[in-house]
Amino acid sequence: MSHLRPALVLVAAFTLLLGVMFPLGMVGLGSAAFPTQAGGSLVMRDGRVVGSALVGQSFTGEKYFHPRPSATTPDPYNADASGGSNLAATSKALVDRVQRDMAKAGPAPVPADVVTTSASGLDPHISPDNAERQVARVAAARGLSKAEVEGLVAAHTEGRLFGLIGEPRINVLLLNLALDAQPAR
Amino acid sequence: MTMIGWGQSLLTLTLVFACAFPLGRYVARVMSGDRSVLSPVLRPVEHGLYVLAGVNPTRGMGWRGYALALLMLNAAHFLLLYAMLRLQYWLPFNPQGFAGMSPRLALNTAMSFVTNTNWQAYAGESAASNGAQMFGLTVHNFLSAATGIAAAAAISRAFAAGNVQALGNFWADLVRATLYILLPLTLVVSVALLAMGVPETLAASAEATTLEGAKQVIALGPVAFQEAIKLLGTNGGGFFNANSAHPFENPTALSNLLENLSLLLIPFSLAIAFGHWVNDRKQGVALLCVMALLLLAFASAAYAAEAAGNPLLHALGVAGGNMEGKEVRFGIAASSLFAASTTATSTGAVIAMHDSLTPLGGLVCLFLMQLGEVVPGGDGSGLYGMLVFALLAVFVAGLMVGRTPEYLGKKVQAREVKLAMLAVLVLPLSILGGTAISLVTASGLGSLSNAGPHGLSQMLYAWTSATANNGSAFAGLSADTDLLDYGLALAMFLGRFAFLVPVLALAGSLAAKPKLPTGAGTFPTHGPLFVGLLIGVILILGGLQFLPALSLGPIAEHFAMLAGKTF
Amino acid sequence: MAQDAEAIRLFDGRILRRATADSFVKLNPVSLMRNPVIFVTEIVALLVAVLGARNLVSGEPAAFALAIAAGLWLTVLFATFAEAVAEGRGRARAESLRRARSDAMAKVLLRPDDRALFKPTPASTLERGELVLVEAGDLIPSDGEVVEGVASVNESAVTGESAPVIREAGGDRSAVTGGTLVVSDWLVVRITAEPGSTFLDRMIGLVEGASRRKTPNEIALDILLAGLTIIFLIAVVTLVGLARYSGTVLGVPVLCALLVTLIPTTIGGLLSAIGIAGMDRLVRFNVVATSGRAVEAAGDVDTLLLDKTGTITFGNRMAAGLYPVPGIEERSLAEAAVLASLGDGTPEGRSILAYVRDRHGIAPDEPDDARTVPFSANTRLSGLDAGGRAWRKGAVDSVLALTGGAAPAAFTAAADRIARSGGTPLAVAVDGQLFGAIELKDIVKPGIRERFAALRRMGIRTVMITGDNPVTAAAIASEAGVDDFLAQATPQDKLGYIRRVQAEGRLVAMCGDGTNDAPALAQADVGVAMQSGTQAAREAGNMVDLDSDPTKLIEVAEIGKQLLITRGSLTTFSIANDVSKYFAILPAIFVATYPELQALNVMHLTSPQSAILSAVIFNAFIIVALVPLALRGVRFAPMGAAQLLRRNLLIYGLGGLVAPFAGIKLIDVILTALGFA
Repeated sequence: MSHLRPALVLVAAFTLLLGVMFPLGMVGLGSAAFPTQAGGSLVMRDGRVVGSALVGQSFTGEKYFHPRPSATTPDPYNADASGGSNLAATSKALVDRVQRDMAKAGPAPVPADVVTTSASGLDPHISPDNAERQVARVAAARGLSKAEVEGLVAAHTEGRLFGLIGEPRINVLLLNLALDAQPAR
Repeated sequence: MTMIGWGQSLLTLTLVFACAFPLGRYVARVMSGDRSVLSPVLRPVEHGLYVLAGVNPTRGMGWRGYALALLMLNAAHFLLLYAMLRLQYWLPFNPQGFAGMSPRLALNTAMSFVTNTNWQAYAGESAASNGAQMFGLTVHNFLSAATGIAAAAAISRAFAAGNVQALGNFWADLVRATLYILLPLTLVVSVALLAMGVPETLAASAEATTLEGAKQVIALGPVAFQEAIKLLGTNGGGFFNANSAHPFENPTALSNLLENLSLLLIPFSLAIAFGHWVNDRKQGVALLCVMALLLLAFASAAYAAEAAGNPLLHALGVAGGNMEGKEVRFGIAASSLFAASTTATSTGAVIAMHDSLTPLGGLVCLFLMQLGEVVPGGDGSGLYGMLVFALLAVFVAGLMVGRTPEYLGKKVQAREVKLAMLAVLVLPLSILGGTAISLVTASGLGSLSNAGPHGLSQMLYAWTSATANNGSAFAGLSADTDLLDYGLALAMFLGRFAFLVPVLALAGSLAAKPKLPTGAGTFPTHGPLFVGLLIGVILILGGLQFLPALSLGPIAEHFAMLAGKTF
Repeated sequence: MAQDAEAIRLFDGRILRRATADSFVKLNPVSLMRNPVIFVTEIVALLVAVLGARNLVSGEPAAFALAIAAGLWLTVLFATFAEAVAEGRGRARAESLRRARSDAMAKVLLRPDDRALFKPTPASTLERGELVLVEAGDLIPSDGEVVEGVASVNESAVTGESAPVIREAGGDRSAVTGGTLVVSDWLVVRITAEPGSTFLDRMIGLVEGASRRKTPNEIALDILLAGLTIIFLIAVVTLVGLARYSGTVLGVPVLCALLVTLIPTTIGGLLSAIGIAGMDRLVRFNVVATSGRAVEAAGDVDTLLLDKTGTITFGNRMAAGLYPVPGIEERSLAEAAVLASLGDGTPEGRSILAYVRDRHGIAPDEPDDARTVPFSANTRLSGLDAGGRAWRKGAVDSVLALTGGAAPAAFTAAADRIARSGGTPLAVAVDGQLFGAIELKDIVKPGIRERFAALRRMGIRTVMITGDNPVTAAAIASEAGVDDFLAQATPQDKLGYIRRVQAEGRLVAMCGDGTNDAPALAQADVGVAMQSGTQAAREAGNMVDLDSDPTKLIEVAEIGKQLLITRGSLTTFSIANDVSKYFAILPAIFVATYPELQALNVMHLTSPQSAILSAVIFNAFIIVALVPLALRGVRFAPMGAAQLLRRNLLIYGLGGLVAPFAGIKLIDVILTALGFA
């Protein structure tokens, strides 16, 4: 029983140290040094929060670029309940869903991210190929030239860091915000 | 597969090995109580804790004392966490007003975090309050990892000297591992993650109005600090349900590189530390090579399988690799490496949904866990698991040089073989036993979300993950049932403590033996020959018994997929 | 006995017949329990046989189950057969020993001092401490110590050596062995062995394997094998549940076949045969170990303590060089040395003749009128007088006294150098004139240096024990290439040295014969006592060398290593075998549920039934196929551990992976051809 005191004391001390002091200190450091990031990288427009630059949101209108399908429940891009479809590669439900979505996806071959759900259900990005296929639709809906939209897409395409790390991608929310910011014609 | 994909994986692993050597040396020093750069700051804290706890850090403990202290700490920490989860409604920092967890779920969750498993039968953002995550889960991420590191140091000491009884002082080991190793690394990594966009706030959520006018509730919380220790401590319990795939846990490809590095770092460093502890660095490098080669081989297999994609979708006109359950910013190569890394260590954090991996990708994850989490395994548990295999490898093949087998000058005899086999037995007993029982009961079958061979894989994965203290899941499984909450809690307990206690007994038995001098007649345990042998023994002794189960799960699913079948 | 040993071929017809019968006797589950792997196999075989028989009676298809049952029973039988053969060979060797054990009447003295008063008592009932009289023509009834008398004893029953040896009270030649024959004179012997546990009894027991106890490594290996058996038992039992989920109902025979092919039956079946055969190999070298543990320890030994005399050197000083004084031709000195030695019949004198004949081609005849001057301890000279001339050879100071005392500086230098390097200088003079010096030294046996180098590669240090002074010892040590030496060694020094080396964690082997060697023999991890030695030495050691040849220590170490290597190699082989069996059986049992799993049938076996049957049959026959290897032992060549490991891992590890693929395929082809598929 000589072990009882150290066990209780250390659990209590570490709870105080690692569970209270350091996390709260980190919260303080975050709000002081990285206020935007610590608060969730929220994006404001006209003084209102329109979303987080890191978290995807649902777009269904013709004039917006569409994100990937999302498997969150009850609605897609529910940022309060992240998650993937968890469908297996051989799942009939997966194959049926993809088959359904292929109808709207345009001519084959379709880039994989067009018809697959992400792991988090909150993927903020799409691939350049995916965006490329949506340019004509968005341009038509907004009455913009394809070149203008392509220009915006290009400007919002993030490449690989040092040409190696990560994959080329486009943040859908930021691209759509930029589209909305285009002067109307 | 692309050159860039290979380049990404090699860059990550190269960084891991580049850091593992200096960190390993540092770990060896601080665990021996030697001075280090951080001593001026941490010594007073360390000594303060000893005084408070009434501990004499220089008093050595025999294996029984060491095991008792370890179990006592874990019991205290289990009870506290259980109470917190049950009572979270009344605890501070509960802005969402979450109710306490059910007894069943709280038991499962407490066991899960105490055993370094971090299996989550609940969704983080919708069942655990900020308070519970901070006071409970974060703290236990530290303590369970420190427990592992302490045990690894204890067994390493058994090889270092001859004719000793003491394995070290558990309390000192625990405090040193926490203060000198885990805390500084966690601070560095969490600040970096914070800078890259991981939130750290006491707010529970933000509300946004989307461009299309819908309301979006964005869950937030003190994520960064917990995220860092979750990976460094090979714990893996996500703040959010989507775990490290969630953009708030892992916002960019760079943060992902850092996270992948973090989860591999300490287990590989401990191999190097082992070399320092036993005063023969080549021994540590040999173990690191075994771990690295197996990880590399399995990660490559996973990458190949995921990059090849799903022929069922290809038939519909979908191009490219398997992106179901993966994030665009990470891509296939990084997702495959992370999947292999998280199952090869006992982390269990995910950046891609393992349930949606291709059958062979899932097979890699399953098999890596079934090998006993040794390539490189969890913090500490990886090293001691690897040492058990090294002892068995030395025993099986060591006779072939015409001597009673010895590892690092310690003879491997009946008692050692008995304890090693006792530890190794836990895996098939719990994994295969649990899976078989679940698959013949209605309750178990009701938890499955997939039919056919993948359903078997889901159940096998759950028991494998729990027993191997990994915590990742084929997440389609509904795990919050009587059978699985209680059953998997037992599996986690067995996988951790029914393995650890024989290992400590093994350490005690080895420590008491004389350390024999090495010579030309000694079985060489460094160099490519031993590395190859140990790999063979891990695959055959560690993996072969799971082959029948695997052939009914992922292997059957793979061939079915090629044949165009769905379930 | 050495002759007997060679006469036993690997597979002698008589032994095989007896072994075949014995292998059925050994099926008794009670005795099989000692061997967990084979015990499980037997239970499983019984189960499948009962099921097959039930099906046969009830008219259901039974052929497959019965075929599997036959395969499983063969596995068990082959395992018991392997043990029976090994024991049979030992028993054959023991027969020759048993013939020596007589049940003759012993003459037990009623009073120690009265040899006339004795009571005839059956030898088998002799108690320890009783005194018996043994006279010419009697067999010595039991082991004992001579307390009175001197006699020549023929010990050929035990040693195979027919020349009688002297046994006498006191000293190092006082031990007698039961079953040996007193040829002349008489002895009074105090019995030192309990009834039934004489040296001969123990030898018979050990050689037959009857009193065999498991050695430490065997126990550890047994635990590993039992553990593996449990692991695979779990894998197979749980497979029932997994298969049921998948829609496959697995029959008991199939599950049993899977279990038995996965558990390490190969090494399980051969383990005890390997142990018995190791003992047997020692006996073939005329060394008897008191336990299997000692044989294993011999493999672990990393320090050999070797007596200089007889082991490293021939033990006699021999001529090794001629050093003429200035002005004398070497040839003249050679001739003089020969002539001066003609009258010297000692080994040293003869060695001078041999040396000069070999080096200078001089073999002069004795002059007609020669008169030899034999060596005497007083003059310390020998020589020859003929034709008025006098040749003399002897100790330097004696010869110098003869020549007037003044020796040239060159001579003194040569003599000093010879003495320093461990040799003995002799001086030669002709007619009172100093001719030069002869170097006598202890000659190191040819080839011993290479032998020690080989031992060093195996990681074994050699230490020379000698009574010589340190200078001489160092010279011989460096010439022989030993790693260390102990000069002017007393028994206490030996004991101290052994303790010191053991404290470093090393294992030490030594041999000895005298009573004063007993403590060191007991302290050493492997102590080989000479059969010619005292009873005390024989009791202290854990091996007895019947040939009394101290060089044997090296072979003993090699045999110990070979035993361990054989065990390790076959274990590795057995475990590596499992991989292929999965590829044979798994697709076969699941192909009905998932036809796609046919892709795993990499061997393209004809049908599921033939695949399973082939694996079972391979599993049984591999045991028999490896019996010769288990009995003979894996080929052993002295080399370093790294090299040995590489070689054996390649042969038995990789071979174990690959061989069964070929074997199972071959059996499948045969089964198909016979129409069983």
